[in-house]
Amino acid sequence: MADQSVAVVTADRRTTPMLEVTGLGVALPAGAVVDRVSFTVRAGHTTGLIGESGSGKTMTAMAVVGLLPEAAVASGQVRWKSQDLLTAPERRRRQVRGREIGVVFQDPSAALNPIQTVGRQVGEILRRDGLARAEVRARVLELLARVGLPEPERQAGSYPHELSGGMRQRVMIAVALAGRPELVIADEPTTALDVTTQARILALLADLRDREGLAMILVSHDLRVMAHVADEVVVMYAGRVCEQGPARAVLDRPYHPYTRALAGNVPAVTSRTAIAEPLPGAPASPFERPSGCPFHPRCPMARARCATEVPALREIDAGEIDAGGAAPDGATPDEPARRRLSACHFAEEVGP
Amino acid sequence: MSVLEIRGLRVTFAGPRRSVREPRTTVRAVDGVDLDVGARQTVALVGESGSGKSTVARCVLGLVTPQEGSITFEGRPLGPVRRRSPGLHRAVQMVFQDPGSSLNPRMTVGAIVREAWRAHPSVAPAGDRREALARVLADVGLDPGVADRRPSALSGGQKQRVSIARALALRPRLLVCDEAVSALDVSVQSQILRLLVDLRDEHDLSVLFITHDLAVVRQIADRVAVMHRGVLVEDTSAEDLFTTPAHPYTQALLEAARTLEGAA
Repeated sequence: MADQSVAVVTADRRTTPMLEVTGLGVALPAGAVVDRVSFTVRAGHTTGLIGESGSGKTMTAMAVVGLLPEAAVASGQVRWKSQDLLTAPERRRRQVRGREIGVVFQDPSAALNPIQTVGRQVGEILRRDGLARAEVRARVLELLARVGLPEPERQAGSYPHELSGGMRQRVMIAVALAGRPELVIADEPTTALDVTTQARILALLADLRDREGLAMILVSHDLRVMAHVADEVVVMYAGRVCEQGPARAVLDRPYHPYTRALAGNVPAVTSRTAIAEPLPGAPASPFERPSGCPFHPRCPMARARCATEVPALREIDAGEIDAGGAAPDGATPDEPARRRLSACHFAEEVGP
Repeated sequence: MSVLEIRGLRVTFAGPRRSVREPRTTVRAVDGVDLDVGARQTVALVGESGSGKSTVARCVLGLVTPQEGSITFEGRPLGPVRRRSPGLHRAVQMVFQDPGSSLNPRMTVGAIVREAWRAHPSVAPAGDRREALARVLADVGLDPGVADRRPSALSGGQKQRVSIARALALRPRLLVCDEAVSALDVSVQSQILRLLVDLRDEHDLSVLFITHDLAVVRQIADRVAVMHRGVLVEDTSAEDLFTTPAHPYTQALLEAARTLEGAA
């Protein structure tokens, strides 16, 4: 392939979404935990799913790769390479999982096998692909080096319990990368880690994205992490989307009181802030979703209408405010990724 | 004057055995720590995992016996928990990281608080316990109706409030919080931090706040001690720590936290 055509293909891949999730729903016997969620992921870009416990962010991400609990039923569409993964035969889905789409699970100490060496687990998918032993070994060492594990030759022979949390998370990323995926789903990849390790893991993921055009779905409750890594964000509450749009714009100038409260509650080392006026109560459970807008019992702006009428996720005319610099590169203003959506009856009144 | 004084604290644990012929290796979790907590002061002990910060907390509570060093509370030595006088035992209380595992799932919230009173009859309310219970729960922002529920019926934030209520019921003088807000949702985290600050002022509490999260520290601490590999590398006022960190390790921690916050 000539260099020129590669460039054209890359440019095209960067603007058209590689993954399109439309109206995704996930129902458990006790109720719907994900309700009409739509978003896209473009090559070389990161889409962030933000939410607290019970928001449905992990269920949304896992529905994409078909790793839901047995009792869960997914509806809607998950278009991957012009095929709907939800209706695709299990054989095809297994092919996608781990190869085209890699997963970095939340808790590496639970996701890694404690009685297999690190090298064996990273090489599992390669052995299944029928690679020769020497090739598997070479590739495993290369992967471990790439995720920044010191002394890969020695560490390949260690067991997960011999490694620190940060190193285990690196191994988890190496496992996810082993199948050369085009998209990686990272579920709270840094939550259990110390700040210095967090910063290193995030830099590693950003580097893979920039150098190899890897697309990512990042699931996190941490707005600091999101602002740092994501291009577009979807803010979820009680299984529904309450706000979505370009990451910086959404976090800097939210159009939903919930996003505003979340952003206002983020403690920062850079400035001595008094503790922000906390939201009352706890995050709503999707099983006991309040009527109307699920956020209304905790919302400082709530009015009578909010308790009865479910707000639609609608486009907000952000006007000039977001115009400067907030567009993720490659996206034109008309593209979905550029649009600001909010599910608040009074979105226009939400100040920063 | 300091309420809590830690001097020359040293704790060693048995480490992995490298070979059957050699003796076990040892790990120095805490290697000579001096720390003071003043009256009505919130002191944050900050460090990454494995730095030894939780071991210091456990020594203060008497759950770990140090090899060397002394810990005194208002001038009286704090030994292992079994050898503490009831009064001393009561004065130092703890809030753990995970309320899901530090509250008995088979007891109601009311029973959990009453058990604390049964262990320390000297501070148990004389009159109507039901009313006293409601007062303690109200102190931590819980409805009296919560008393009849079990932890499984409560949210994470509510459970952490119950842990705080259980500690407060004994009218402690020093509260040791080990990562008390780390496991909570962001919107709930600030509720609990606010509660801790209010309670400190209302109940004349001193607080030793153990955490790895510098941003949380900035919101509540008066003093900050930074621990790294069992040693205190810096111990200064919160203001100085964030504006002019002296030790390279503190600088690295702050730098990493700032990177996470991005340009914001």
